[in-house]
Amino acid sequence: MRHSPGVAAPPQQDTAQAMKLLVPVKRVVDYNVKVRVKADGTGVETANVKMSMNPFDEIAVEEAVRLKEKGAATEIIAVSIGPAAAAEQIRTALAMGADRGILVEVEGAVEPLAVAKLLKAIIMKEEPGLIILGKQAIDDDMNATGQMLAALMGWGQGTFASKVELAADSVTVTREVDGGLETVKLTLPAIVTADLRLNEPRYASLPNIMKARKKPIENLKPADLGVDASPRLTTLKVEEPPKRQAGRKVGSVAELVDKLRNEAKVI
Amino acid sequence: MAILVLADHSGATVSQPTRSAIAAAQKIGGDVHVLVLDGEAAPSHAELPGVAKVLTATGEGFAHGLAEPVAALLVSLAPAYSHLLAPGSAAGKNVMPRVAALLDVQIISDIAGVVDGDTFQRFIYAGNALATIRSADATKVATVRAASFDPVPATGGSASTEAAPGITDPALSQFLHAEIVKSERPELAAARVVVSGGRAMGSADSFKILEGVADRLGAAIGASRAAVDAGYAPNDMQVGQTGKIVAPELYMAFGISGAIQHLAGMKDSKVIVAINKDEEAPIFQVADYGLVGDVFKIIPELEAELDKK
Ligand SMILES: Cc1cc2nc3c(=O)[nH]c(=O)nc-3n(C[C@H](O)[C@H](O)[C@H](O)COP(=O)(O)OP(=O)(O)OC[C@H]3O[C@@H](n4cnc5c(N)ncnc54)[C@H](O)[C@@H]3O)c2cc1C
Ligand SMILES: Nc1ncnc2c1ncn2[C@@H]1O[C@H](COP(=O)(O)O)[C@@H](O)[C@H]1O
Repeated sequence: MRHSPGVAAPPQQDTAQAMKLLVPVKRVVDYNVKVRVKADGTGVETANVKMSMNPFDEIAVEEAVRLKEKGAATEIIAVSIGPAAAAEQIRTALAMGADRGILVEVEGAVEPLAVAKLLKAIIMKEEPGLIILGKQAIDDDMNATGQMLAALMGWGQGTFASKVELAADSVTVTREVDGGLETVKLTLPAIVTADLRLNEPRYASLPNIMKARKKPIENLKPADLGVDASPRLTTLKVEEPPKRQAGRKVGSVAELVDKLRNEAKVI
Repeated sequence: MAILVLADHSGATVSQPTRSAIAAAQKIGGDVHVLVLDGEAAPSHAELPGVAKVLTATGEGFAHGLAEPVAALLVSLAPAYSHLLAPGSAAGKNVMPRVAALLDVQIISDIAGVVDGDTFQRFIYAGNALATIRSADATKVATVRAASFDPVPATGGSASTEAAPGITDPALSQFLHAEIVKSERPELAAARVVVSGGRAMGSADSFKILEGVADRLGAAIGASRAAVDAGYAPNDMQVGQTGKIVAPELYMAFGISGAIQHLAGMKDSKVIVAINKDEEAPIFQVADYGLVGDVFKIIPELEAELDKK
């Protein structure tokens, strides 16, 4: 750790100069929406549905902003790949404290491999020292883009992070793994993906929302980056999963145990 | 061509998710080979039925399952295989997308069904929809949702064992330390009974009263995100869309409301019991047996009732 937590450190020339952070943010159906499968089985209903920034990406943005506030980084770039409306999610990141945005406009779903290729092209131009992604997008539930990007860059990866400590030439990441926690140290530049316990994202204040309107967003197309974003997977069908029938309420603990023993026969 | 399954790192024994991943490989069809990252684990994996060969890799980076060397090893082995699979555990999810990108293929995460060698089913939107997808990639790289495949038995086979060819560790990361809680209880992902607590448990201390129920049922303990975030339970107990997916014979939810993200992790359980003081709680919509009441009153009663007979 360069600075003790909670202490506003003076800007540090050496790392700060080198340290741009890149945070990819995805526009997804809000986590409170109960999504419905389309009747024709081609996908889920997304028309007139509330859209938001992927919750894990809010955590990633928050982490980047905290690193900047501590003086460990100088600039935060929020990137989204998606429809023109994904500019809204970039604005949210800008209101939380990111400095500028890049929107790569693509219609339709973009798979993690294609997202990683587009991000790689942006990284080659911007040369950030650390990329913080969400661990998982709550629409495709792939949990893949960060790992794929790390592979394409030939960098180390610290996935499912619950703690990130940035130093001049390395980052130490505590990871949520099966059975507990694991800590790894990565050489910079590197990729981190944020898990739920990394931090609690802030709400953007009204003045910051106003300020965010003036921050620049660059618009690009996959062709500008020389990337073929065409999918490798074809969706043949999307259907409702099997429904569980609600059972019944029992009146007492004795009745519950009796049912479990003699009806369900599970204990 | 053959299928390679990367085994979970679980000491000398075979994890249940690894056995489910082998079941998925057998559904695809073809010779199944297993890669273990710990020489000690080779004998138990060689006993898995239907496994033709066990490959072992040993070395510092492999011992800790670091993504960079493990992915490099899988990529070096890939030309001999049509499919590379791993259980959808934290380890599999860490490594397999990296392997896929190095091979320029799209990872297929958490397959829940095999239609054929190119076509798979997987859940999207927190389990609200089931997609059937076909991959156009030459090599298929996938993780397997253990709850969707009955594990193969632990014994019955006799595979040959050989050492995987060595690779150069890309040395991009370094393992520092781990805090792994060794529990006497069954693994959450493999337990026959799971007892889970939610925000209602109120504190880390009162969360512990679930242990009495779990002891009596030989159960693993799970938790909702709210209980984990509040520090009542460790992170690896979280059941749900972004935690563990479980499908026990019996799942008992104590003071859990039943948010869609929680249901995504447990609705394949055979029998679901919900205990909640709010009779309108959404968890009751998926519960086979619901009991309305205060968990702190019900738990001691339940223990007493289970002790009878
Ligand atoms: C990106 C994202 C990912 C998520 N992933 C997960 C996940 O993997 N797993 C997960 O669980 N959640 C996940 N969540 C959170 C999820 O949306 C819910 O917030 C969470 O499941 C709620 O936990 P809970 O049911 O314990 O708490 P609450 O929703 O607060 O419910 C507590 C329940 O306890 C009942 N209760 C209170 N006191 C008592 C008492 N004394 N006796 C009996 N009943 C009582 C109440 O009636 C209520 O129903 C995720 C959310 C997001 C945004
Ligand atoms: N279209 C996208 N635009 C920006 N970031 C994305 C996009 N898709 C994925 N990501 C990032 O990758 C993470 C993991 O997504 P996934 O691999 O799809 O589960 C997300 O949390 C985002 O940080």
